[in-house]
Amino acid sequence: MDKHEVQIRVSNLNFFYGKTCALKNINMDIYKKKITAIIGPSGCGKSTLIRLFNRMNDLVLNSRVEGHIYIDGEDILSAKTDVVELRRKVGMVFQKPNPFPKSIYRNISYGLEVNNVKNKKYIEEKVIDSLKNSALWEEVKDRLNESALMLSGGQQQRLCIARCLAVEPEVILFDEPCASLDPISTRKIEELITELKKQYTIVIVTHNMQQAARVSDYTAFLYLGELVEYGTTEKLFTVPENPKTEEYLSGKFG
Amino acid sequence: MKRSVMSQKIGFFILSLCIITTLFFLGIILYFITVRGLKVISWEFLTQAPRNGMTEGGVAPAIIGTFYLTLGAILFALPLGLACAIYLTEYTPKNTVVNILRISINTLAGVPSVVFGLFGLAVFVKFFNFGVSILSGSLTLGILILPGIISASQEALTAIPHSFREASLALGATKWQTIRRIVLPASLPGILTGVILSIGRAAGETAPILFTAAAFYIRGYPDSVFSEVMALPYHIYGLMTEGTFPEKQTQIAYGCALILMLLVLLISAVAIYFRQKQRRVHYG
Repeated sequence: MDKHEVQIRVSNLNFFYGKTCALKNINMDIYKKKITAIIGPSGCGKSTLIRLFNRMNDLVLNSRVEGHIYIDGEDILSAKTDVVELRRKVGMVFQKPNPFPKSIYRNISYGLEVNNVKNKKYIEEKVIDSLKNSALWEEVKDRLNESALMLSGGQQQRLCIARCLAVEPEVILFDEPCASLDPISTRKIEELITELKKQYTIVIVTHNMQQAARVSDYTAFLYLGELVEYGTTEKLFTVPENPKTEEYLSGKFG
Repeated sequence: MKRSVMSQKIGFFILSLCIITTLFFLGIILYFITVRGLKVISWEFLTQAPRNGMTEGGVAPAIIGTFYLTLGAILFALPLGLACAIYLTEYTPKNTVVNILRISINTLAGVPSVVFGLFGLAVFVKFFNFGVSILSGSLTLGILILPGIISASQEALTAIPHSFREASLALGATKWQTIRRIVLPASLPGILTGVILSIGRAAGETAPILFTAAAFYIRGYPDSVFSEVMALPYHIYGLMTEGTFPEKQTQIAYGCALILMLLVLLISAVAIYFRQKQRRVHYG
């Protein structure tokens, strides 16, 4: 498992909402340019975990975190971390498609504009590139100035991916990206994620076990805030070590 | 017929009765003001100053005065109110202090307008020595509409889904960039609705400008923010309570009322235009 380069190292991580412990002593390495899936029943702490990778949980009141998360060797939980810089490097696609109430074009250019990119020509190229890379270009090339809210749910989610790609992150976090999509849109997103692996490190949270099996290289099984098992997807799905994992995979609970 | 169906029918009937009653009163007000007001309205009425003890000529100075006072009130209250609303919704945690602030602001909204008039007299006219002027009147009206603008803006800001803010922050935008470029534009239609309501309020109030800005008759037009002005609502009040030709004056008062209504409609139309434009751009 350690033949790959580590991008994210989670070390002795605990997370509390008020007094409830949501994550208990998590240790795991996430590898560069691989897809790592995090599975587990609702409320097991999957989303909480990846929302720590870009410090999205900073917004949650009364939360407390212990331990370390190293991204490229830097402890991003330290008080010195520039959160804005971090989020540029670690992009995120959310559970519900959440395009801004702006035009398709402006949805993508926004990320560049807030990061002080002024060159109009560069922005335009980047918008087109991102749309192509998110397999949306053909569907929207003639209506870039229309409101993004006119797109279908699946298109909106691919737009959110394009928006994320435009700021050139190294890591992309997907928080149940297909939870609100139909099967056809879901398949398109999965194909896209597989394609993106060539350039990005991807972490995907999903409650859909088949999805994890289809797209990921590594899978982590989280249960009640604990990392029960973590390994290659192939091994975890065929010969799980922990009986709890096997029970979950065979649908005994969840 | 089943009982549940019956009670539903009765419910709908009562609801539609209520809306018809409301529309009936609205229609009657519009009808009377329009019919009576139209009798005196002419080009001269709109463009001339009053003559012969308010019984002849027009009401142009009052139209201009009300326009300035309303515009001044909005220019003062909108930036201030919006800033307060942003601070209260975006930058303060939801705790007791904020709740007390909110309750205070709502209480301010319930203060009778004549009290604002006295306050304006004491503070702007006397203490700051702005005199009885457009400036004093605008500031007084501005404070009067401030609570409305704040609560409308707060509502508009909190209505913006959390997911927009998250998406923006996740792209590496700062909190301020998120507010300025995502939250504010998306909430502008709601904020403008608050502004539209405030315009009507500011233009129509008499008590707050009674001691701070308005005079029954002034020769000529205002030439600075320190000028005393005539204003439509106060002019109506004067026409109906003073003077020696009640018949002629009453007609002119109805003319003023119609113009006041049209003026509010006109200023609101501008705000509505911006609101629609914003909605189109954002929501397709």
